[in-house]
Amino acid sequence: MDAGNILVWIVWVIAAFACLGSGVAVVSFSNPFYSALSLIGNLSSLAVLYLLLAAEFVAAAQVLVYAGAVMVMFLFVIAYLGGRADTPWAGGPSWQAIAAVAAAAALFVEVIVVIGLKTDGRLSHAPATDYFFGSPYEIGKLFLTDHLLAFEITSIALLIAAVGGVILGSHAHELPEAEQQ
Amino acid sequence: MKGPDIVWYLAVAAFLFTTGALGVLIRRSPLIILLSLEIMLNGANLALIAFSRFHGQGDGQIFALTVMAIAASEVVVGLGLIVAMAKRRLDLDVDKLRTLRG
Repeated sequence: MDAGNILVWIVWVIAAFACLGSGVAVVSFSNPFYSALSLIGNLSSLAVLYLLLAAEFVAAAQVLVYAGAVMVMFLFVIAYLGGRADTPWAGGPSWQAIAAVAAAAALFVEVIVVIGLKTDGRLSHAPATDYFFGSPYEIGKLFLTDHLLAFEITSIALLIAAVGGVILGSHAHELPEAEQQ
Repeated sequence: MKGPDIVWYLAVAAFLFTTGALGVLIRRSPLIILLSLEIMLNGANLALIAFSRFHGQGDGQIFALTVMAIAASEVVVGLGLIVAMAKRRLDLDVDKLRTLRG
């Protein structure tokens, strides 16, 4: 192993464990405010992993769109509703929680076994990438040539979501009065 | 490729997806269920980008960007629903919202 390889390993270990730890923290914090804050850490450490996988544009978009815009929206809503505590383990673990943990553990073991058995070392040789791999140039070229349909459908989905958000927000004022009549 | 093999990234992605699924199953607050959904989507994104690097083609990254846009629209609609629920003074507890149950 040369020095560069060891450095990448160190960065990977730090980012991966930050990612896993903050992911568990999101699920286990009882205050939604802390959960949202640890999700920001999760998304940022994922951006580091994307950088190690030579996906520079996706890493930048992850920080800007996810850790920036989406999480600010989440924090606004949590601040608006007040951070109501939600204790998943109050009153001892319920059968539903135990079954959920068992189902999640089974899913994880299943995926790991499939990865371990079926890949058989074939996933260890990734090809060298050229200078443009993962750059905005490459992403833009792919989006406007091979994946134009996905690009257009995404824009329509975003438009529909914006219209839906406006409709949900504007009708929320009227409904309680309609119920009183 | 310097650093860990693709398999290690896939293991992290699997763990993230499972963590998110666990959160969706055990938590009762719809806000935290939405946050756990984001973790699941990001686990899938990490697997997509890892395979994109493995094949040396950018198509996986395109799909990951599409997933991010869809996740943003899902968050808009989900948060709109939660705010509408809070304005109607409904309990923010998915176990108590059983009007639609047949």
